[in-house]
Amino acid sequence: MTEHALRAAAAIVGVADAVSPTGELDLHGRVLEAKVVREALADAGLTIGDVDGICYGGSAPGVAEYLGIQPRFMDGTMTGGSSYELHVEHAAAAIASGLGDVVVGLYAATPRSDRARRGARGRLGTPPGPNPMFEWEMPYGLRLPIGAYALAASRHMAVYGTTSEQLAQIAVDARRWASMNPRARYQQSITIDDVLASPMRASPLHRLDCCLVTDGAGAFVMTSAARAHSLAKPPVYVLGAASCSDHSMITAMPDLTVTAGAISGPAAFKQAGITTADVDVLMSYDSFTITALLHLEDLGFCAKGEGGAFVEDAKLGPGGALPMNTNGGGLSYTHPGQYGMFLLVEATRQLRGESGERQLRGPQIAVAHGSGGVLSTMGTVVLGAEATR
Amino acid sequence: MSPLLEPPASDEVAPFWDATRRGKLVLPWCRSCERPFWYPRATCPRCLGDTVEWRQARGDGTVYAVSVQHQPGPGRDAADGPYAVALIDLDEGVRVMGNVLACAAADVHVGMSVRVTWQALSDGRQLLQFAPRE
Repeated sequence: MTEHALRAAAAIVGVADAVSPTGELDLHGRVLEAKVVREALADAGLTIGDVDGICYGGSAPGVAEYLGIQPRFMDGTMTGGSSYELHVEHAAAAIASGLGDVVVGLYAATPRSDRARRGARGRLGTPPGPNPMFEWEMPYGLRLPIGAYALAASRHMAVYGTTSEQLAQIAVDARRWASMNPRARYQQSITIDDVLASPMRASPLHRLDCCLVTDGAGAFVMTSAARAHSLAKPPVYVLGAASCSDHSMITAMPDLTVTAGAISGPAAFKQAGITTADVDVLMSYDSFTITALLHLEDLGFCAKGEGGAFVEDAKLGPGGALPMNTNGGGLSYTHPGQYGMFLLVEATRQLRGESGERQLRGPQIAVAHGSGGVLSTMGTVVLGAEATR
Repeated sequence: MSPLLEPPASDEVAPFWDATRRGKLVLPWCRSCERPFWYPRATCPRCLGDTVEWRQARGDGTVYAVSVQHQPGPGRDAADGPYAVALIDLDEGVRVMGNVLACAAADVHVGMSVRVTWQALSDGRQLLQFAPRE
């Protein structure tokens, strides 16, 4: 295999997601998983009988059995919210090397309607186990995941002078995109003052610095570039994909102002043969405002420490120089817990010209950058329209 | 303060927890690369060395990052009010988590000098905590 064996060897040929402005879905569990897989296959002009590979953030054989797939390629990678970017990376490699022909990846979670099903509010408790987090972090009462991100924000502010106003601008721009997305959970415009006036959750992060809790599901279908041409929709090529993980517990993160995206981003860009200047739309995981800011720096859109000043002029919003999270993001569109799938769906739709009122003019290159755990595992995927192949 | 979610004591770090009963902070040092590491375990995360020596730490450190929790986290009660969770760089060169006690949560800041203090657990062990250094 050559150094760039992944480049345009595989393509996303079908996507689907299930979300609702109410934040709740009627279906859940395997039934919801089956629905988005079915719709993604229909979107691709394929059937379940064509599928010989599956990516799932957990035990793949169980869901494969339910769906009636006998996969010859399985990926059960679970790195939190970035799982789906890593799935694309692995599926592209599998397809390029002949391990699989048609691979389906899926995700479904319904934390919001689960509350009603359980008849009790709040998350299920997690019993102490062998995880070192229980021994070395849990006794201190850090709320997770927000507390870990808040620690990173505090460090970034102390070292680089980043302000709450600058972080708030990221939430404001996400909401401006969401106002053009009729399926977004929150569509009413907000201001920097609104973000700063929202209740402090874990300093320095306010409620409006945080992503949503909604139901949601999504799926993608990939096949070879050769086969992609005979299918229903214009292919969206995987030009590059890379990942990196540098810790699990926040205490073990080497530098709270630098994520593993500083490794995965440049690696994916190199595979794709692009620079940041080539990126027409950036779908960047915004679990919290600080998350998106760190991604901008680590992917190289600005220098380390300059993220705050970089976002100040609203360049991430509609009409800006770097359109980011055009669906409204995890901050305003949807966030069922592991949002990485929706980065890929919107990136694909933008490159196909299917994003409605918020559609950019002829984007050719999209980047989906997923973040999982507590800034732990990053997955960067570069996607391209036909002309980039 | 409401009852803490008490930490389990894993077998491989018994010397750490035993020392806390006497109010002493010991750190695991790798005999191969001669450096301390955190979190305590039987294998050095730098060189995979498996000979660990427990050496007493001075107990001084600096706040690396801090977040005041305005909603109660695991094992905490809303009635206790906001509290500071910090990452502390010990002078020996390891980074640990702790609460900064004995001062207003809002006063805890990055760069603040702190020193070790202890909080009793139900089984005689003590939890590593921090307070401002005068």
